[in-house]
Amino acid sequence: MDRPQTSDRRPLSVLRRSSSGFLKAIGAIVWKDLAAELRSRELLSAMLVFALLVILIFNFALELDPVTRRVATPGILWATFAFAGTLGLNRSMAVEKDRGCLDGLLLAPVDRSAIYFGKTISNLAFMLIVEVVVLPVYSVLYNTNLFNPGLIVVILLGSVGYVAVGTLLSSMAVQTRTRDVLLPILLFPVVIPILIAAVKASSGFLQGLDVTEVMPYINLLIVYDVIFTAVAYMVFDYVVEE
Amino acid sequence: MIAVKKLVKRFGLKTVLRGLDFEVQEGEFVALLGPNGAGKTTFLRILASLSRPTLGEVRVAGFRLPVQAAAVRRNLGVVSHLPLLYGDLTAEENLRFYGRIYGVLDLRKRIDEILELVGLTSRRRDLVRTFSRGMQQRLAIGRAILHDPEVLLFDEPHTGLDQDACDMLDHLLGEVAGQGRTIVMTSHDLARVEELASRFDVLSRGVISASSSRNDLGKNNILDFYRQALAG
Repeated sequence: MDRPQTSDRRPLSVLRRSSSGFLKAIGAIVWKDLAAELRSRELLSAMLVFALLVILIFNFALELDPVTRRVATPGILWATFAFAGTLGLNRSMAVEKDRGCLDGLLLAPVDRSAIYFGKTISNLAFMLIVEVVVLPVYSVLYNTNLFNPGLIVVILLGSVGYVAVGTLLSSMAVQTRTRDVLLPILLFPVVIPILIAAVKASSGFLQGLDVTEVMPYINLLIVYDVIFTAVAYMVFDYVVEE
Repeated sequence: MIAVKKLVKRFGLKTVLRGLDFEVQEGEFVALLGPNGAGKTTFLRILASLSRPTLGEVRVAGFRLPVQAAAVRRNLGVVSHLPLLYGDLTAEENLRFYGRIYGVLDLRKRIDEILELVGLTSRRRDLVRTFSRGMQQRLAIGRAILHDPEVLLFDEPHTGLDQDACDMLDHLLGEVAGQGRTIVMTSHDLARVEELASRFDVLSRGVISASSSRNDLGKNNILDFYRQALAG
């Protein structure tokens, strides 16, 4: 490694240099996103209103009988989560880009994957909040019991995978002029495996199938989550750099 | 403090920087002048490790880019025409956030010092989106020096500021420069940089086409120097 050439450099007295910097940077980004959202409520309100409108429209448009309703529920739920999630991902990165804040983050002396993990955790928190609100509303509107531990696990795993890919792709899309249109075009083909696995697993739990029958889809979700989080960790630095 | 040799930057088929050589000594305040599209911002983004050079060697604070980018960023502060601040956070929260990702020690005390320096102590709990453009730019300077960097890069910091705000910003820039930091600033406002900088470099057609110290230039000659550099 090259050493500094100047011998009389001023000491950087105010800087801490510890191995916990990576985790602290992630924590700072999550805190910043949640604090800013608590004030503005722009992102969450948009996601929530959109998600509630989608399930409301489906409710009136489909007029399902109780049996068909149970079959259609996973599809309607995951379509709602996916569309609302796209809104949130776009907005979350647009906030960073519009005032040059993404440059502010990239200028920090930490591994840039800390930015990725920080944004991913914030986006996941927003998505989970929307899901926590949508599930009871859906239960009431469609007269379907969704309080199933298996379903909760599937929603958690599906959301992690969706947000892991979505955060990476939104950081790519945000650098283009057509970011609002580009993100869904890039994202939906990539998350098809996770949506299929999530719908199948959710359907299995709602129909009361044995866990062993649902397990292949759960495993697919876990593998997808691990692979795409690892890929995003490796490529994020290149994605955000010019 | 900054050493650049034969720097080339291409965007696809377009070459923006064509073998640029540039050197800045410790404590120097260099004004980088040039017409729109000359590549000033591209050059500063490379120095800031936000963009990779296509060819050439770049050293900032003794560290090589891009291989030692994290070390460079630890020693670097950047102010651009965008404030790089979050409108939905207060002034204090913005500084706390940046202080945490930079790993600044004794952050509360440092934030007090910075807010005092940029004259925003009384507005510390106000949301940044309620600030005027001038106040945001002063806070942006506070953000840039929060971690006590050795090198500061200013990319047209006066953009969008009225006369009073520009004067206040210049006063602040003078104070920051007086603390022994190395500064490179791009600007179109020749009169303002003439007051601030100790050296003037003109970036034209992808290279430094002329360079002069303030002493060599004399007073009120910067416009002639700039025109000759562009004509040559």
